[in-house]
Amino acid sequence: MLIPDNLFYTKDHEWVKIDGDNAIIGITDFAQSLLGDVTFIDLPKIGLIIKQTKPCATVESVKAASDVYAPLSGEVLKTNNELTSHPELVNKSPYESGWFAVIKMADETEKNLLMAPAQYKAYIESSQKK
Amino acid sequence: MQLIFEKSRVGRRGFQLPETDVPEAFALPDKYCRKIKACLPEVSELDVVRHFSNLSSRNFSVDTNFYPLGSCTMKYNPKFTEKIAVMPGFADLHPLLPQLLGGGMLAQGALEVLYHMERLLSEITGMAEFTVQPLAGAHGELTGVMLIAAYHKNNSSLKKHIIIPDSSHGTNPASAAIAGYDVVVVPTDKDGFLDMQAYKKALNQETAAVMLTCPDTLGLFNSKIKEIADLAHSVGALMYYDGANLNAILGKCRPGDIGFDVIHLNLHKTFATPHGGGGPGAGPVGVCEKLVDFLPVSRVIRRIDGTFALDYRRHKSIGYIAPFYGNFAVILKAYSYILMLGKSGLIEASENAVLSANYCLARLKDYYKPAYDKICMHECVLSASRQLEQGVRALDIAKYLIDKGFHPPTIYFPLIVKEAIMIEPTETESKETLDVFIDVMIEAALLAKTNPSALHLAPLTMPIGRLDETKAAREPNLRWQP
Amino acid sequence: MNYISHTELEKKEMLKVIGVKGIDDLFKDIPDDLRPKSFNIPDGKSEFEVIEHLKLLARKNATHLTNFVGAGFYDHYIPAAVDALASDPKFYTAYTPYQAECSQGWLQAVYEYQTVICELTGLGVSNASLYDGGTALYEAAMMAVRFTGRKKIIVDSGVNLIYRTMLYAYTSNLSIEFVETPVVHGQSCREDIYKNLDDKTAAVIVQNPNFFGAVDDFSDIVERVHSKGALAIASVYPVSLGMLKSPGEMGFDIATGEGQSLGIPLSFGGPYLGFIAVKKEYIRQMPGRIVGATVDKDGRRGFVLTLQAREQHIRRERATSNICSNEALCALRALIYISLLGKVGLEELARLNYEKAEFAKSVLDKVPGVKVKRSSPTFNEFTLQLSKNADEAVHRMIGKGFACGFPLGRFYKGMDNYLLVAVTEKRTKEEIVNFANSLEAALCS
Repeated sequence: MLIPDNLFYTKDHEWVKIDGDNAIIGITDFAQSLLGDVTFIDLPKIGLIIKQTKPCATVESVKAASDVYAPLSGEVLKTNNELTSHPELVNKSPYESGWFAVIKMADETEKNLLMAPAQYKAYIESSQKK
Repeated sequence: MQLIFEKSRVGRRGFQLPETDVPEAFALPDKYCRKIKACLPEVSELDVVRHFSNLSSRNFSVDTNFYPLGSCTMKYNPKFTEKIAVMPGFADLHPLLPQLLGGGMLAQGALEVLYHMERLLSEITGMAEFTVQPLAGAHGELTGVMLIAAYHKNNSSLKKHIIIPDSSHGTNPASAAIAGYDVVVVPTDKDGFLDMQAYKKALNQETAAVMLTCPDTLGLFNSKIKEIADLAHSVGALMYYDGANLNAILGKCRPGDIGFDVIHLNLHKTFATPHGGGGPGAGPVGVCEKLVDFLPVSRVIRRIDGTFALDYRRHKSIGYIAPFYGNFAVILKAYSYILMLGKSGLIEASENAVLSANYCLARLKDYYKPAYDKICMHECVLSASRQLEQGVRALDIAKYLIDKGFHPPTIYFPLIVKEAIMIEPTETESKETLDVFIDVMIEAALLAKTNPSALHLAPLTMPIGRLDETKAAREPNLRWQP
Repeated sequence: MNYISHTELEKKEMLKVIGVKGIDDLFKDIPDDLRPKSFNIPDGKSEFEVIEHLKLLARKNATHLTNFVGAGFYDHYIPAAVDALASDPKFYTAYTPYQAECSQGWLQAVYEYQTVICELTGLGVSNASLYDGGTALYEAAMMAVRFTGRKKIIVDSGVNLIYRTMLYAYTSNLSIEFVETPVVHGQSCREDIYKNLDDKTAAVIVQNPNFFGAVDDFSDIVERVHSKGALAIASVYPVSLGMLKSPGEMGFDIATGEGQSLGIPLSFGGPYLGFIAVKKEYIRQMPGRIVGATVDKDGRRGFVLTLQAREQHIRRERATSNICSNEALCALRALIYISLLGKVGLEELARLNYEKAEFAKSVLDKVPGVKVKRSSPTFNEFTLQLSKNADEAVHRMIGKGFACGFPLGRFYKGMDNYLLVAVTEKRTKEEIVNFANSLEAALCS
């Protein structure tokens, strides 16, 4: 299970990469492995204001549709159009070419609610024991 | 197998229309006419007959295979009902005839069928009145929720949500949401019943209704059902009965007597009308006294002189939910079936359906983990969780059954049971059939231990193997391209 | 007869395996106070008795009248092969093809049906069918509401009143605003549609041919609708598509309709066939089942139910619709019907309907007290203005052996003297002439 060191994580298995005032978001390797083959991604519209912990995208597989929750609040600046024609990128490369969107962060302090890599690793392990 | 389009040959014809006997008319102005012609097959009648005859043989069906698809009640569909539905007096009847002045007398037979069917269903279920208009079970649900909304609106009570158990059919929350309600989901307790504590917490003055299936989707009868209904009524909420599982309790218990206010039935389940490869069904809705005024128009009424008529003067009605009087040909078949079985036949249907389901459960529970190990109603829910330890999933077992000539049970429903396998044998299957099926299920359980890959490869006897569903969803190919 | 094969002995054996004494033990979870208060159902009958009873009821229905009633539901000839093939129990006693490998027959048939609907409508994607033309139109309206996030819908009053009434019933608890625009001289009033069209409009709904039988080219309306970011929806009559400009050619986003005229008997109102086709970009908003082609691991073509993440069994309260079935057997009938007629046959059928109706118009125009409304071209149905109340005329014509049409005053205020007459390929020249003569007599007396 890949958990890169330079990212932050949520309990709903989204990741965040902080880049100055902006944040790049996506779903984790663990999330994509649970979902199985991703068949479609409904991305937020550019310009949309998303709110931390509220749904901002949907990921579909053959037998499931799952919400993706915004890890941080902010305005959507850019979305990954490649995912429209190649949803499999989320499975193949969840942290690189499978990114979802770039947002302009509205509130820096929200970062405090995210998990560091080690924390996230422990979180997955404990949830799997259940 | 080739598509009918791929069999097309330019200039070939499959049907001849009568020669025109009227003078040629002025052509319709060009701007109204299509420029791009529809690319339809050009085939002979024999091409068509052979194509569809060969296609049909690529289906499992009740007439050819045991079809224990849980929750769908795939019982035998008696042939005589087919004969009735195509009688010209019914099949050729234009639905607008009784809406013409004096036209009611032109459709007395059809109106009588509808009138009597509504009375029969009311008596079978203990409801005050029925409408046979809804065109399918889910359509009945939507109609039912619309009736609930109309009732609350009429009482000026502000209701916002509908309570639904997590074990429900997906149509329940979907119908509630589409009619404008929020959905509050209540979990199932360790015994397979509605979690009473969570239910009481969810229930309040804003609850419009509680939607339940009884027996529930786990095949169990909740003996606390009356208490659940009383609690709902105490906050002014109505009780909705999803009739998908009525086949278990005919003559044993009636939703109306329990305190359900609105119910829908699936004629294609309990009353043996064919499922038609996915439809047409019919989803009649019954209501208690206080909801009668809201039923959709038109209503079939009986006049003092014994004739039947359509009544539209119902100002509280929710309006038109179907173009006419329901899926009439389907209603006809179910009506004929009820007349044929009569009181004792209906009771025997339920008794034998429940007997067969329990027999399957008793013989299989040592091999598959029962979701709940107790007497079930008309269907039993097992789990392939033990098999999963060997890497064998419910899906693999299903595919193995196909190779052995059985349509698989429902799998992965209810969602709350891991690797669910839901078996509904119905009353019309013989003990021999059940025994052969059970033996194959046991064989699959043993194979899961000894040779799991044999299950992963199934089915091997069909025209095609397991299909790539991911490809189908990622690169949708939904029509043939010329 | 109860169709149960368990013998008494077998029942005993089964009860023993279960470990209970009697059948009643299986129902012990039902408390005593919940047992039926009554169950007054008549005793069962034999097959012969039930058939005789139903024969008697069937005879109480008048199917001997020469039919000129349409109003959205048409009396077309059904080739024998349609009945023969659709009554194959290997089709009609199967269920929704959840298990693809043992349901390829149905899945392929639905894929072929979807192709037919796309070809007829000129649009990219069809689903596996819906209940009827009215619920299909409702689903289309809801698609537009979801897609645009707007809540105002403009409905042309040339759309069948039955469908409009259904739309309003289904949406009565949702805050959707409907604006009805009038039909002037038989055609949709552009001025009124444009006046109401704004950036809050989710969709404009029209019907072709409209309820009065008039055909139109809606390309201009569609263009204006798109300029406001709304969706254009057409309800269409499939037989007319053998001849008339398709919704796709006019630029519509969604086409729906009633497929009854494609080989499905009138059967007093059902079962019928709702069809819906949309432009590809709206596919994720589509309600209902959809079949797609794919391959197995050996590369063989096969068909599956696909794009299921839209549907209620997965998405529950957030599904695109609550529908979990389709009208498969009716869709099969339509597919067989279209396959028999073929490319040329459907065109000929449409032309025959058009020509017979044009002939009827010319004959009826000469009847004293009858005026054919000729403000716009029609397909196989048209409006007559009578010198008398149309209800009365219809009543008298029943006595003369004709179901002579639908009185428009039933649906439209101020149109008590108007009659809607449909002429299909089944009506002969002789029947049409007799119809005109009888109408003349009915209007004179």
